[in-house]
Amino acid sequence: MMEKIICTCNHENPVGTNLCEKCGRPLTTEEQEKKIVDMRYDGIAIRSKTHNKSIIDKIWNFFSSVKIGITLIIITLIAASVGTILPQEFAVRVSSESEKAAYYTDVYGWFGTLYYNLGLADLYSSWWFQIIVGMLGISIIVASIDRGFPLHRSLKNQRVKRHISFMKRQRIIAEGQPSQDGDKTLDLLEQKMKDLKYNVRREDNAILAERGRFARYGPYINHVGLIVFLGAVMLRLLPGFYVDESMWLPEGETRAITGMDGYFLHNDQFILETYDNDPQGEQLKQGVNVVAKNFQSNVTLFKQKEGAVAGQTSDLETVKSYDIRVNHPLKHDGYAIYQMDYRLNQLKTMYFDLVNKETEKSLGRVSIDLTNPQDEYVIDDNTKVQLITYLSDFAGFKDGEPQSASPNPNNPAFVFKMFTPETPEGETSFVMIGQKALEPLGENEHMMKFAGVDTRSMSGLTVRKDKTIPILAIGGLIFMIGVVIGSYWNHRRIWVEQLEDGSIRLAAHTNKNWFSLKKDLDGLTEFAHIPQYTDQADLEKVEVEKEGDNIL
Amino acid sequence: MDKKQKRSLTRGIILVVLAAAIAYTVFATATKDKVKVLKVGATAPDFELVDLNGETHRLSDYKGQGVFLNFWGTWCEPCKKEMPAMDRQYTAFKNQGVQTLAINIAQSDFEVQKYIKNLGVSFPVVIDKTKSVMTAYNIYPLPTTILISPEGKVQKIITGEMTEGQIASYMESIKPE
Repeated sequence: MMEKIICTCNHENPVGTNLCEKCGRPLTTEEQEKKIVDMRYDGIAIRSKTHNKSIIDKIWNFFSSVKIGITLIIITLIAASVGTILPQEFAVRVSSESEKAAYYTDVYGWFGTLYYNLGLADLYSSWWFQIIVGMLGISIIVASIDRGFPLHRSLKNQRVKRHISFMKRQRIIAEGQPSQDGDKTLDLLEQKMKDLKYNVRREDNAILAERGRFARYGPYINHVGLIVFLGAVMLRLLPGFYVDESMWLPEGETRAITGMDGYFLHNDQFILETYDNDPQGEQLKQGVNVVAKNFQSNVTLFKQKEGAVAGQTSDLETVKSYDIRVNHPLKHDGYAIYQMDYRLNQLKTMYFDLVNKETEKSLGRVSIDLTNPQDEYVIDDNTKVQLITYLSDFAGFKDGEPQSASPNPNNPAFVFKMFTPETPEGETSFVMIGQKALEPLGENEHMMKFAGVDTRSMSGLTVRKDKTIPILAIGGLIFMIGVVIGSYWNHRRIWVEQLEDGSIRLAAHTNKNWFSLKKDLDGLTEFAHIPQYTDQADLEKVEVEKEGDNIL
Repeated sequence: MDKKQKRSLTRGIILVVLAAAIAYTVFATATKDKVKVLKVGATAPDFELVDLNGETHRLSDYKGQGVFLNFWGTWCEPCKKEMPAMDRQYTAFKNQGVQTLAINIAQSDFEVQKYIKNLGVSFPVVIDKTKSVMTAYNIYPLPTTILISPEGKVQKIITGEMTEGQIASYMESIKPE
């Protein structure tokens, strides 16, 4: 059996109701003792306060609490601000997890270690932060359901005539005989109220005038917006909604685009332009020599033929050529490719002269394309250079064998075998940058003399797709609409009753902006010759500035 | 069902759905980097690459056979260490329906050819010039080995060096019935 509170007017109210839903009589002793009733939720029974028995109810009530909601907001804000003390992981230029941990320890000491271990270094991906934000989401939903639906019901089922104990406990009241035209007072009031754009309901000798009721829904609308927003952020984790990848693309290379299946990108050229001014002013003070004007990657986008599989790159179709600049991404098929980074002066081709050590005479020049070295470089019939070994990033010897540390041409080294008319047997030379060549098989008559390099640049590009942006925008819009409704409109109500003896009893309430309500009442008082109202809050010198409806 | 029970049920459902959403978010974030594209049990993305002898290898052509897919680079030490063992096991398993394919990541023909010749291994070696297959398989560290079942499903993803015993048992595990 559900418990009920039965009002003296015989209306059954749910447990927890403060003001009778029908006539407005205060039902609790607490409410009865108040001079002015609490109208925040129109005295309805907040759902969570009606039952508190099962575990579900207990959890529900926990999240329904405004105090809990505010606590969660504060925790979120504190965590987010602590997250700005040290740079976040994505801003730290190291690749592996262990390097990241080491970075925070090395640079920031014990604080860095703690910071990293608590997950503050990648805050938005920390499980505890996500749980707090998630709980905040639950709190918003539960608290809104708990208050929104009963409030809606109560506002929809308002009675025109209210009990004297309700009327007298409103902040603004007026009582007494109209100064003239007593028999027309209600008509005059109704007419003036309509002029003031109130919705007027009249029952017998009572009037309820109401304006801007929808303002009460503002907070609930903005909560819906917040939930849509949170939902959109969550959607990013589902496959297909969100791509945020980065790739390096050297000039002249074609690469599969990370995160964009079936598409390939060719880097035609990278351009870095700088201002060629003489440094002055701030530029000089900060020790900046050159100021970049433009970073640009001229690229061509290719697509595989329908039904092609990974690795099939023989007949790619050109989609378009585009000059990617900062803020001017290449856009295609919902994806956007941004210019993010660059590296200049990557070795591309190295030139060597085959030189006779004694005479220093050159027998010819070879050019070695580091992206595609050849077995043999022929100078003429009797003169040629064989490439035995190429190491892109020479890192010393291990067990007598030269090692490469990476596939990038950071420190190229070569083993050449030089054939000349004088040395038809061939001479072996191990050539490195910046060091004397090794001649492991005896002293040579010839050498490979470094004669120059061609370099190329590498573009650092970011590939993005975000299907959640429209949803985020809608969420944001709903939120703003809610805020605007809740802030710029207010819900004003005026109750009037003409008693048997012709005297008028008036009460008025607004959720905010009492000044405007009083202005409306001034107009009514003059027009319908009713007694002057009093503001009980002023009389009692109670500082009541209940603007709280913005929160919920 | 009375009103109270109905309300409890509604509340319970709402709370469970919201809790599940949070749980999913936390889980998806925690596993985001590891299983972005390729998951164990998923269909192995088909690909086609040309080996050093000019022969074309297409994954779907090996349907019905297990495929031992090894991604590697010449500069990668553990890759080099496991290659001779892989070659011995390749020879042992190739007639039992397990194909071995070594995919080099975008290095020059010269480097790859010299390297393979030096090691003297005989399994087919292909070069993924555009990193297209690497992207499709979401390969990050090298070496990474993908075991593909005769049905064309990803059976296991192994990152890092393998011992000869492991290689043998992995090949055994994708042998067709």
